Amino acid sequence: MFQTALTLNDLWFLAKGAGITLAITAIAVLFGTVLGAVFGAIKAQASALATAPLTFVLDVLRSVPLLIQLILANAFQSIAGLGWSPFTVACVILSLYTSAYCAEIVRGGIEAVPGVTRRAARSLGMTWAQDMANVTLPMALRVALPGWIGLTLGVMKDTALVLWLGIIELLRSSQILVTRLQEPLFILALTGAIYFLISFPIARLGGRLEQRWREND
Amino acid sequence: MLNYTFHWHQAFRALPEMLWGALVTIEVAVLSMVLGTALAVLLAVGRMSSNRIGYGAATAWIETARNTPALFQIYMAHFGLGSLGIHLSPWWALLAGITFNNAGYLAESFRGALRAIPPTQTRAARSLGMGPLRAFWSVVMPQMFRISFPPMTNQMVWAILMTSLGLTVGLASDLAGVTQELNVRTFRTFEFFAMAAVLYYLIAKAVMLGARLAAWRLFRY
Repeated sequence: MFQTALTLNDLWFLAKGAGITLAITAIAVLFGTVLGAVFGAIKAQASALATAPLTFVLDVLRSVPLLIQLILANAFQSIAGLGWSPFTVACVILSLYTSAYCAEIVRGGIEAVPGVTRRAARSLGMTWAQDMANVTLPMALRVALPGWIGLTLGVMKDTALVLWLGIIELLRSSQILVTRLQEPLFILALTGAIYFLISFPIARLGGRLEQRWREND
Repeated sequence: MLNYTFHWHQAFRALPEMLWGALVTIEVAVLSMVLGTALAVLLAVGRMSSNRIGYGAATAWIETARNTPALFQIYMAHFGLGSLGIHLSPWWALLAGITFNNAGYLAESFRGALRAIPPTQTRAARSLGMGPLRAFWSVVMPQMFRISFPPMTNQMVWAILMTSLGLTVGLASDLAGVTQELNVRTFRTFEFFAMAAVLYYLIAKAVMLGARLAAWRLFRY
């Protein structure tokens, strides 16, 4: 039972898959956060009626399974003749997907800043931009950061779905090894351990931050 | 740019078939939610108990469920358990994977809810002569469900979305699986999956609406 045909080369292959997983996560979270911050700020500031189209699009991104979104986008890019690689499609869709969740987190953070605080800032003669940069965002950041860490980890786990487009990320590389070595339980357990090692420390950090910042409130 | 003719009538003709698939999707999601909730109550209690074994097992389950992809968990149920001689069909593997995932996430919400319930509630129930199980069942648990109702609604939507992963282990009877079958037959990928996306969206909205109505009915006092 404790014999395995797994070699160092295979481990390196898994590590490369993990690298792709992390690369897609980093790109999706980077663009998703920038977009999500803009969307969230718009949703927190503008009226519900004016942002209805944006709200609807973000809602669709959160209510349609990610796998279906990836398949649709991939089909659409070939229909439209864009000639995108699966990697590009995966990054675009995951960025939009991340932005939909991030917008809610940012909106929640901004709305958690009491209105009187913002009015006080404006009464001191600050412009809207100064109020945002120096008062609202620093306070909103504390509320939003734990949720954002959770979102980042969620996106990291959701990148597993891009294997359907043929991208060889961590889970797909484990499947390739399983097909060759016929040791599904061991290799899958190893893969799970890699995901766990990436996710768990960051999740713990997020939990600790959340707890520590709550004490100061 | 669009040198392509859309064939929506094909997708519309397949609508009844896809609606039957949607029924399977809802079935798996509801079952995984019911089983997941039952397991999550046990896990939350285990996580808060001083029993070493109970705490260890519950923690291992919860942390694995929360720190690995749902797709990995479904793969584990489908391919991994095969090594142990347990061969699950795609339907059972999907149900097992999603239930495992649901239980982990729900257990954490329940734990938070249990912390929010004052311990005096249990003590008051015990003083009235209730046994520990009875006090938990009739006094603490209803309050726990009430506090964690919003996260449970979210988890239900998640369960619906996660069922689409059955596609990757070869399930052909749920909404995503039926759509993929049609796609393989006709190569009208965009039309069929757009239709599936609309159906998933409608199901998710129906769940949210149903939860809001249920909350309005259940929590009006």
